[in-house]
Amino acid sequence: MRYIPNTDADCRAMLQAIGVRSVEELFGDIPPAVRLKRPLKVPPAMSESEVGRHLRALAAQNADADRYSMFLGAGCYNHFSPAIINHLVLRGEFLTPYTPYQPEVSQGTLQALYEYQSLVCLLTAMEVSNASMYEGASATAEAVLMAQRVTGRNKVVVARAVHPEYRTVTRTYASQQGISFREVAFTEAGVTDLTQVRKALGDQVACLVVQSPNFFGGIEDLPQLAEAAHAVGALLVVAVAEPVALGLLKPPGECGADIVTAEGAGLGTGLNYGGPAVGFFATRERFIRHMPGRLVGQTVDREGRTGYVLTLATREQHIRREKATSNICTSESLIANMSGMYMVTMGPQGLREVALLNLRKAAYAKEQLAKVRGFSLRFSGPTFNEFVLRTKKKPGEVLTGLLKRQIIGGLDLGRFYPELKDCLLVCVTEQNSRTGIDALAKALGGGR
Amino acid sequence: MSVPEGLKYTREHEWVKVEGDKGRVGITHYAQDQLGDVVFVEVPKKGRKLRQMETFGVVESVKAVSDLFSPVGGEVVEVNGELERKPELVNADPYGGGWMILIKIANSKELNNLLSASEYTAYLKKAGGGH
Amino acid sequence: MSGTGNTIGTRGLVLNEPLIFGQGSPGRVGYSLPPSDVPEKKAEALIPRRLLRDGIPGLPEVSEVDVIRHYTRISQWNYCVDLGFYPLGSCTMKYNPRINEDMARLPGFAKAHPYQPEELSQGALQLMWELEQYLADVSGLDRVTLQPSAGAHGELTGLMMIRAYHTSRGNPRSKVLIPDSAHGTNPATSALCGYRVVPVKEGPRGVVEAKAVAEVMDEEVAAIMVTNPNTLGLFEENIVDVAKIVHAKGGQVYCDGANLNSVMGISRPGDWGVDVIQINLHKTFSQPHGGGGPGAGPVALRKHLAPFMPFPTVEKKGNGFILDYQRPKSIGKVRAFAASFGVLVRSYTYIRSMGAAGLRRAAEVAILNANYILSQLKGVYHLPYDRHCMHECVFSDAVQARNDIHTLDIAKRLIDYGFHPPTIYFPLIVKGALMIEPTETESKETLDQFIAAMRRIAQEAQENPEMLRLAPHNPKVTRMNETKAAREPKLRWQPGR
Repeated sequence: MRYIPNTDADCRAMLQAIGVRSVEELFGDIPPAVRLKRPLKVPPAMSESEVGRHLRALAAQNADADRYSMFLGAGCYNHFSPAIINHLVLRGEFLTPYTPYQPEVSQGTLQALYEYQSLVCLLTAMEVSNASMYEGASATAEAVLMAQRVTGRNKVVVARAVHPEYRTVTRTYASQQGISFREVAFTEAGVTDLTQVRKALGDQVACLVVQSPNFFGGIEDLPQLAEAAHAVGALLVVAVAEPVALGLLKPPGECGADIVTAEGAGLGTGLNYGGPAVGFFATRERFIRHMPGRLVGQTVDREGRTGYVLTLATREQHIRREKATSNICTSESLIANMSGMYMVTMGPQGLREVALLNLRKAAYAKEQLAKVRGFSLRFSGPTFNEFVLRTKKKPGEVLTGLLKRQIIGGLDLGRFYPELKDCLLVCVTEQNSRTGIDALAKALGGGR
Repeated sequence: MSVPEGLKYTREHEWVKVEGDKGRVGITHYAQDQLGDVVFVEVPKKGRKLRQMETFGVVESVKAVSDLFSPVGGEVVEVNGELERKPELVNADPYGGGWMILIKIANSKELNNLLSASEYTAYLKKAGGGH
Repeated sequence: MSGTGNTIGTRGLVLNEPLIFGQGSPGRVGYSLPPSDVPEKKAEALIPRRLLRDGIPGLPEVSEVDVIRHYTRISQWNYCVDLGFYPLGSCTMKYNPRINEDMARLPGFAKAHPYQPEELSQGALQLMWELEQYLADVSGLDRVTLQPSAGAHGELTGLMMIRAYHTSRGNPRSKVLIPDSAHGTNPATSALCGYRVVPVKEGPRGVVEAKAVAEVMDEEVAAIMVTNPNTLGLFEENIVDVAKIVHAKGGQVYCDGANLNSVMGISRPGDWGVDVIQINLHKTFSQPHGGGGPGAGPVALRKHLAPFMPFPTVEKKGNGFILDYQRPKSIGKVRAFAASFGVLVRSYTYIRSMGAAGLRRAAEVAILNANYILSQLKGVYHLPYDRHCMHECVFSDAVQARNDIHTLDIAKRLIDYGFHPPTIYFPLIVKGALMIEPTETESKETLDQFIAAMRRIAQEAQENPEMLRLAPHNPKVTRMNETKAAREPKLRWQPGR
């Protein structure tokens, strides 16, 4: 087998050197009663070409954004990824190294992650970023746990306009920590109800959690939300499921956010049926010691040369053990570096331009789709690249009809919001063409 | 290994210097040597009430972290603010500038539970640390 | 003075490369986007001005050429599996097959949306369902949740399921038993689940003894968290008895599956009495480490815990597969969407490439390779547990310490010889531990080179200790000032600094 270099002859030589006759003698400590006496129920090995055929056949059974016109967002966004990124991360030096615990032989990973941390700070306008979390939802959950540590309080106010799965994951994480939640609804403008937020906040609240752009594509009024939270001594946690928006929108760090989390997969990694992904996690300097996750810091070596190293590790599981800020060990270094490569390749101009393309195409789609009979815009406020369409027909039926035209039209919101069960969430990115949007409008209108 | 006379010691390597009705607290020379370069000291707020041997904070070095135990019970009346900027004081001057908290001692009888300098020295020798 | 003779490690030409910040020049671009095919409305017309940003000052403006050069140069400062041997204990740094990368990038996987209709995702769902079957059989358990994104994530999921199970029976319980040799994630995870840690000392043979467990087992213990084989590379020979003791008082047996590579096809956790085990796909099942992730930590479990699995699960329905969200007793979710799917594709491809016999052979050769190293370094370094090991062996620096040479010095000097250091100072129960796990993807020649290097270092420890204390000499940078990094944290580049 090509992944196991040692032949039978090599093995015999080693057995002889050890002084045993067979490999079985080496695991004599395993009680005979628990030795497996049959082969594993795994199919026999396939050759490389057979494996390729088999996997391609599986993949071919899936719809994908190449063959279908994709208008689905909802936390996982169909964005363009520059060709250079894959070529760089397929380099063995980025793909196959271990975690950079030995800095002398890991400066590539460490410098790339230091740059990633810096880029996240620039994008979000925050003061310190860690070297990544698993993905956006669990990063947000960890932000809530951090807010609990920082404030010593146990209540959390969360906007209903935050991604439903982010809210579920946060509750799952918090369920063991004695945290209670209160949800705040959204307005007809499609943003979080500020009056209700103020009512829900109090001096036992650790943090207010909002998302911007929110699940419906709406742009939250972060400065006002920050003020409301700070007035009661609570932290503002802002989740950004669509960080491409930050190419254009005022970053949460300039709006009073205390912790910012984000889903970074849309910055260069792609859909991948939901993962792997990467969770950004950024906060203010004064909260550093409460942060979960790895941190890369700059320092010097014995000869005064600049270098990078994992630092402040005493917060982490391998030292702090049961008092650690989190149990996270392996995170998403490679995906984080891909997002760093994306941000650097796009640059400030490219990030702004791709955000504008998203905004404009979505605006065009909003206009065209609102004109179709039986469809209307559900919310009145400004949106980025997603919006909610109310439909007189059943959303499920609308979507099924669109599939016949190779269009994946969006998300049936009734899946998560009973109060929006007559609505679709439609996403338009730079990957959607005007022709595709017009075809969507036509298909919705019943035209051929 | 420096173990000054006139101080009282805990088995967790804290010292206390009685100053009237108060006790000044820090970690011993042995402790800072074991920890290595101290990078951060977490201390309680003024007014915090402690029992004898209750943890009052944490001392971190690059590779390790250690709880800090209060040698006596009482109320924290002062905290060494210098340590935030200069945690290295704990290494350089563990019995002087590296002091951590000043406690108003609730019950001076508790001092009898602690080790004298010679008892602490003997304790270190047994643990393999005295030289 | 720092020479290593005719060995792998040598000097080389690598280039200096500063941070990307401050490089490039205004107006330089690295991207390509199509022009807008819709009306180019001003941003301010669509979004209130006060919600817009004023550019991203500090973000570099570089060309594609600059980007390729930058990352290529810094990549050359990295050691990696493709370059050479990583004897890292408990990390299972095996070779990362490239066909896996090709398969993960197939458009039907890479460009599928997690919320697209299930009827149009049957390939993905079939892959997940089959992977679950394979992992269930390897672990000897009933169901597998594929949702967790890393080993620690799997531990958290597993322990939360155990807690939910106990809660459903009236008492979540309050304690978890953890051997002293456990990985740091174990106590950290317990605390995250609201459990107090009760340590269990290993016996003189380096394994947990039934008696020690019986002494601390009661009806407030929710679970014991074992690692088997343990972090000393030894099979927990008493595990069946230990499991019985824990089960007798209603507790659950959680197994940290980090060392699964040594028992695949040979022995199964389910048969030891384990109820829950997380499997590290970036260890046992060849997912690349990527410098610290992505990984995945699917959790195999016994059917009494199945109701508590995170949702959705993948189920067979008729001729196809569905995602089951109707799971009222589920603990909830630990990540958005179904899983870190791309990682699952790679591991699935690996398992199909290895086959049943191949997986077993991998375990056998992993054990053989580790014992070969053990037998060849035995007289040279102190071996705290002098008997056969499983897939990893643990030495200590006790012999070299007589010359004031310590594990760290040995580890750093290995770099000059062209090897990544082994795991050091872990497990904590061995002072100055050096944990070596070769995996099955290393050839005998590589092992011989490693053994030769370790022997020379032992010699240097006697003849020229100062060279070790100043090691490594060959890489681009020498030992880092970690104190400075922690005392004066500099965690990002800032404009103007």
